[in-house]
Amino acid sequence: MSDIDGRRWHDMGGQTAGQIPMEGHDFALWEKRVDALMVLCGGKGLFTVDGLRRALEDMGEDAFEKHTYYERWIASVNQNLIEAGAYTLEELAGKMDEVAARGASYGEAQGDG
Amino acid sequence: MGERVRIRASMPPGHIRAPAYLRGKTGVIERSLGAFGNPEQLAYGHAADKKQLYRVRFTMAELWGEGAEAPNDTVDAEIYDHWLEKV
Amino acid sequence: MPHDHHDHLSPSGHPYRADNDGPLTYWQRMEIAVRELLIEKGVVTPAEINAQIDAMDARSPANGAAVVARAWTDADFKARLLADASAASREMGFDIGPLNLIAVENTATVHNLIVCTLCSCYPRNLLGLPPDWYKTREYRSRAVREPRAVLREFGVDLPNDVQVRVHDSTADMRYIVLPARPEGTDVLDEAALAELVTRDSMIGTGLPRNPQ
Repeated sequence: MSDIDGRRWHDMGGQTAGQIPMEGHDFALWEKRVDALMVLCGGKGLFTVDGLRRALEDMGEDAFEKHTYYERWIASVNQNLIEAGAYTLEELAGKMDEVAARGASYGEAQGDG
Repeated sequence: MGERVRIRASMPPGHIRAPAYLRGKTGVIERSLGAFGNPEQLAYGHAADKKQLYRVRFTMAELWGEGAEAPNDTVDAEIYDHWLEKV
Repeated sequence: MPHDHHDHLSPSGHPYRADNDGPLTYWQRMEIAVRELLIEKGVVTPAEINAQIDAMDARSPANGAAVVARAWTDADFKARLLADASAASREMGFDIGPLNLIAVENTATVHNLIVCTLCSCYPRNLLGLPPDWYKTREYRSRAVREPRAVLREFGVDLPNDVQVRVHDSTADMRYIVLPARPEGTDVLDEAALAELVTRDSMIGTGLPRNPQ
């Protein structure tokens, strides 16, 4: 929420801003997976793109500034899946601990699948 | 088509797809796009009513007044009918 | 140097990228956990995830360029594209899923520019994932207020007699710009014309390349 007028932080059209940063990056595998999970879960009716956006918006402006695009997306995908009852927080906690115990890099932390 | 409409000026909290910079502004319906689920319900996991969606065209003069970069340039946006008021 | 992962390729069959060898981040840990839980619960299969990644990888600006080049060479197709860009894209064989696409035509007097001020809506099912700048605060904020200044940062300086039409993708439609065919391209065939069509020319932040 951006002060008195009620405009929310993500609603940026017309705001003052600086020069457009032109640098880009190739998407990493983990980012593509986040994207794929969003599309697949949407297709299966677990949540909608508006649900994705709503959770992103509710994270607030700090998250937009501090975290990358797909970091915010996985947080939002997870939030929506928890709300949809796809798994419990207990299950998530257990799985995240299990993943961390497998190795120190993304490649090493993959399961058997 | 060509009908003049104003975007509602209210600012409720929540997931809304009518951008703040268009609220209270008057434009012209450019085309009707059909009916789509209301994002204000979909965003919270609810079954959604179908809402008519319109593409509305605004002049830069209307949006930004004297400070417009080029008054006759335009912005089109898609707005659901519950955000439109007759002018 | 990243250590060698060629003995276990990623599920999409590609080698792991170097950035998969950096320290595991909290968010990557969450991604692995969410993905594995969904697989264990039978919500998705590894094959579905791989297929979706491959489908997204296969989408690129080249798809849009092919559509544009067809419109430049086939007046009937162009009419169909402007009437229903989703149907016209599917007619060319592109798998665009449920994309609702509108094509907007650049002419001698009109220049179109696409933005999503509320998030990052983009015709991803035709053109692939958007460039990073498209998702920035700077682009999203300024494109609807000072599109000409924005265009100058992209190297496009429009004369005053060209009207700018900005399209804010606020809801269910996505947009692609049909750029104007460059002068001096009468002798080029459709494939050669497609080479002139850049990603940015289909977003409106650029113009097609000029022929050699």
